[in-house]
Amino acid sequence: MHLDHSDDLSPAFPRRHTHSAARPTRPDGTRRALRVGLGGPVGSGKTATVAALCRVLREDLSIAVVTNDIYTREDAEFLRREAVLPPERITAVETGACPHTAIRDDISANLEAVEHLEETLGGLDLILVESGGDNLTATFSRGLADAQIFVIDVAGGDDIPRKGGPGITTADLLVVNKTDLAPHVGSDLSRMAADAELRRGGLPVAFTSLRDDDGVRPVADWIGTRLAAWTTGSAA
Amino acid sequence: MSRAALLVLADGRFPAGGHAHSGGVEAAVASRTVHDTATLHAFCQGRLHTAGLVAAALAATAAAGHDPLELDEAADARTPAPALREVARKLGRQMMRAARATWPAPELDHLARHRPRGAHQPVVLGVAARAAGLTSSDAAHAAAYDSVSGPATAAVRLLSLNPYDATAVLARLAGDTDRIADRAARTAARVAAEGTGALPAASAPLLDITAQEHAAWPVRLFAS
Repeated sequence: MHLDHSDDLSPAFPRRHTHSAARPTRPDGTRRALRVGLGGPVGSGKTATVAALCRVLREDLSIAVVTNDIYTREDAEFLRREAVLPPERITAVETGACPHTAIRDDISANLEAVEHLEETLGGLDLILVESGGDNLTATFSRGLADAQIFVIDVAGGDDIPRKGGPGITTADLLVVNKTDLAPHVGSDLSRMAADAELRRGGLPVAFTSLRDDDGVRPVADWIGTRLAAWTTGSAA
Repeated sequence: MSRAALLVLADGRFPAGGHAHSGGVEAAVASRTVHDTATLHAFCQGRLHTAGLVAAALAATAAAGHDPLELDEAADARTPAPALREVARKLGRQMMRAARATWPAPELDHLARHRPRGAHQPVVLGVAARAAGLTSSDAAHAAAYDSVSGPATAAVRLLSLNPYDATAVLARLAGDTDRIADRAARTAARVAAEGTGALPAASAPLLDITAQEHAAWPVRLFAS
């Protein structure tokens, strides 16, 4: 359902949507940038996935990135050093040792960063919000991200999809990264796929090896589909 | 007034960005000034009587309906460290976002329109309290409590301090917090007649200096 976001200030129950992140349009009525959150455990390849996505999508899309480092600005600096985007398109949010709080319980700093990028750059198509490495329960508030990707890797143990948790079960896309390592760490990819299917009730799963040429393609294609739906207004 | 609305506003979970800030305790932990429960108590007491008093008076005066733009200038004049002015405005913007979503009011819109990059957080807190139907004294209590609850929570994360001990510090400071809030509210009542010059200008030079240094640290857990 498409909500009408006109101000709705009844004295009995004043409500309005002006300051809600979920508002999908800019003041001029055009659709704002799609906000995609990337979460997952430390070292699973979130930053590498963001870098690879920027490299394959930047020719066609206007992209910006918000990183949420735990105690440094290292992820933002890595992305700038790798020059995946011009530096003004990458910004870092500090999370006070609580990365999940900044993407779920108190999203104000991330919303500030996202809106600042929108205001200063203008005409963005896609904003990637990368969470600080966290545990399996970390999810993005719907007030911050329109869609979320959860990144795990095969080296973290092939029982992770079976263990579930909100990140695994509810993310719009589950990415199982570092498939090239599977034979070396004794992880069974088909078992991971079957467990993920069972836990996620049909939500999509992408297996990636970012060392391969165009290894991020399944994720890039998924974002492309989401973005097409977002732009036409058929997905909230 | 609603007592429950004050609980909503003063709740550490109120989503206004405070969780990423240590109120100077990260720098104090690094210099070993704060290293246990007793030193955390001393730090919080010092902050309450300086930055806390000023914040409480600004919030109380804003809640009383005084021109928030003038109070914002008064806050600037009482915040010598550029890093802390920046933090106060950033947190003010985040408080504004939460307040406008929680208690929509023309006075919040007015302040947001005139300070698009953010007004000082205590001033926004005061206007938010007013929008929530709270009193000047309520706003002072919320600001005074905020000045010690942030550092106490941060100390738990930075020192692996026993959380019961940190909460007991806040409880032991409750009487002091009340007295500071009452003093701030009495000051607020004088500002209408005497102007913002009546507002306290208590400062903690060490907090100012270490905040400025902290802002340049390459690796840190908290934004301030």
